[in-house]
Amino acid sequence: MSTQDSGRIAARFAALKAEGRAGLVTFVMAGDPDHNTALAILKGLPGAGADLVELGMPFTDPMADGPAIQAAGLRALGSGARMTRTLELVRAFRAGDQATPLVLMGYYNPIYSYGVERFLTDAREAGVDGLIVVDLPPEEDQELCLPALAAGVNFIRLTTPTTDDKRLPAVLANTSGFVYYVSITGITGAGSATAEAIQAAVDRLRRHTDLPVAVGFGINTPEQAAAVSRIADAAVVGSAIVRHVEQNLDASGRPTAALVPSVLSYVRALADGVRQARG
Amino acid sequence: MTQALNTFRGGPDEHGHFGMFGGRYVAETLMPLILELEEAYDAAKADPEFHAELRHYLTHYVGRPSPLYLAERLTAELGGAKIYFKRDELNHTGAHKINNCMGQILLAKRMGKKRIIAETGAGQHGVATATVAALFGLPCTIYMGEVDIERQAPNVFRMKLLGAEVKPAKSGSRTLKDAMNEALRDWVTNVEDTFYIIGTVAGPHPYPTLVRDFQCVIGEEVRQQMQEAEGRLPDLLVAAIGGGSNAMGLFHPFLDDPTVKMLAVEAGGHGLDVPNGHAASLTGGRPGVLHGNRTYLLQDDDGQIIEGHSISAGLDYPGIGPEHAWLKDVGRVEYTSATDKEALEAFQLCARTEGILPALEPSHALAAVRKVAPTLPKDTLVVMNLCGRGDKDIFTVAKHLGVQM
Ligand SMILES: Cc1ncc(COP(=O)(O)O)c(C=O)c1O
Repeated sequence: MSTQDSGRIAARFAALKAEGRAGLVTFVMAGDPDHNTALAILKGLPGAGADLVELGMPFTDPMADGPAIQAAGLRALGSGARMTRTLELVRAFRAGDQATPLVLMGYYNPIYSYGVERFLTDAREAGVDGLIVVDLPPEEDQELCLPALAAGVNFIRLTTPTTDDKRLPAVLANTSGFVYYVSITGITGAGSATAEAIQAAVDRLRRHTDLPVAVGFGINTPEQAAAVSRIADAAVVGSAIVRHVEQNLDASGRPTAALVPSVLSYVRALADGVRQARG
Repeated sequence: MTQALNTFRGGPDEHGHFGMFGGRYVAETLMPLILELEEAYDAAKADPEFHAELRHYLTHYVGRPSPLYLAERLTAELGGAKIYFKRDELNHTGAHKINNCMGQILLAKRMGKKRIIAETGAGQHGVATATVAALFGLPCTIYMGEVDIERQAPNVFRMKLLGAEVKPAKSGSRTLKDAMNEALRDWVTNVEDTFYIIGTVAGPHPYPTLVRDFQCVIGEEVRQQMQEAEGRLPDLLVAAIGGGSNAMGLFHPFLDDPTVKMLAVEAGGHGLDVPNGHAASLTGGRPGVLHGNRTYLLQDDDGQIIEGHSISAGLDYPGIGPEHAWLKDVGRVEYTSATDKEALEAFQLCARTEGILPALEPSHALAAVRKVAPTLPKDTLVVMNLCGRGDKDIFTVAKHLGVQM
């Protein structure tokens, strides 16, 4: 018997639709560069204009990530990040924000190691609304996707330019919350796709699903975020935000006083771009 | 799993599982590519022309069959079982790696792929891949950890001479696992034209199966050669395992011969009791998911991967092929380990008694043979896979023996 999900993701996309605009989804890494700084960033994101937040679960071997997010994960692990600490961050965020959807994103092994059932219980209880797990394609749905849906945690699937029409129904079958379209073949933080290519891909997805479509990978500027916002239901920005963390560390890798304000003002610029896109 | 119960050779099932191990844990971008690979491999397997072409190159280019050689002086020195070496170090490029590379490049050609990528640790698989890429005129990029590039300079230069581009993996522990991450990142980016030649029986399905199949030529030859030499099956097969390809190639054809025992030897590094001091994922790790499959992994209690240590850069991989993980759990193969020190001693023993410099990887297998052979009756037939030659390792060995070169 399935548990109801938290409803936050659906409520947020419904509100965005009513406002007539797309959403901004921001990615930051849990524990980057340290626990308290990451918490300060996380708490500041909704106020800076993030409509949904993705929180990365650090992993030593992020095979689909580019240098910026790889480095963020290693910084986090170096400062003592682990799954229990990631869930503590979520709990602390949730204590101050009941509305903003929070999605954990990462790789399967730290979840598998934690124990799938225990993870789903603890994540749900902490206030997690959804999961994006890069290395779990539909072929492995019984591992985490189906248990997550049963536990009331959305499972958000990535679709890519290589996901052809034959495959798409299988990929969408157990997807919930929203669909994440990865606009390029490649790793996070690499080049970006053209508006035409994104339009065609989003149109194709909409023929197959009524779920909101978020588009990410390669969005680096408020202008690019705005361009995607004219096409999709949300724009996802990750590496570009994480780079603002990296750029505000001192020589020994500790956060400077400028770090949190720098990250949040960049998010504000992205949010402005997204909000003005259809204006 | 839906494989026949009375055989150990029926795996994997249609989803690439060996019991609970294996599978296809990859990003969606790669999923269509590995499905395409599986289809192409199934077609090639059923095509006699593919086998004829592979046979041609294995005979005339690689130099197969490799001899099965009775190591008489070593046998006398150890005073027990009769020890045979399967001489895969005599293959072109000096290791078993080329058996697999030849199979995969012919598959790449069939699939119309235009570019080859691979990961390498010690550089042996990189050299073998660069070699077959040169042979068929395909551009080739090899990913290698920055640390390994420093440790294995001669093989880096070999790859470059063969026309390959060697790209450093600069993230994480900057060794073999990171090279594999970089190769996967390249593949995710270059999905149209690129073929990824994985070097061992790991990775997402169908790689563990196809690499195994291409390495099985080792065991198939041993079966025939032992029949000619002794008129019967061997009693014990011994091989070193990094990812597990040379061991799987030797073992698999004999898995359903109940009298044939098998012993696989992991890299014990400084010893299994030294945290982070070894690369024995089966005897010192636990199940997890990395690089596309579920298998035994060296990891901490948060599921973060530990890099492991071995004197041999070809063995310090934190995982192991999923079929080995299954064979361990069902008890068909025995898994043990040998330390850096034991491997170094075995290396020297082989040089002195047989006039062969073995690679440090099979030196681990020899270390285990050295322990068990004296305990076995003289009519016991042992086959050890001498899967690589040691020329690449003389600098490492010199360093550990305190010799300036
Ligand atoms: C000579 C030799 N033996 C063994 C190995 C380990 O690989 P596997 O366990 O796949 O045979 C390597 C890897 O580089 C090698 O070069």
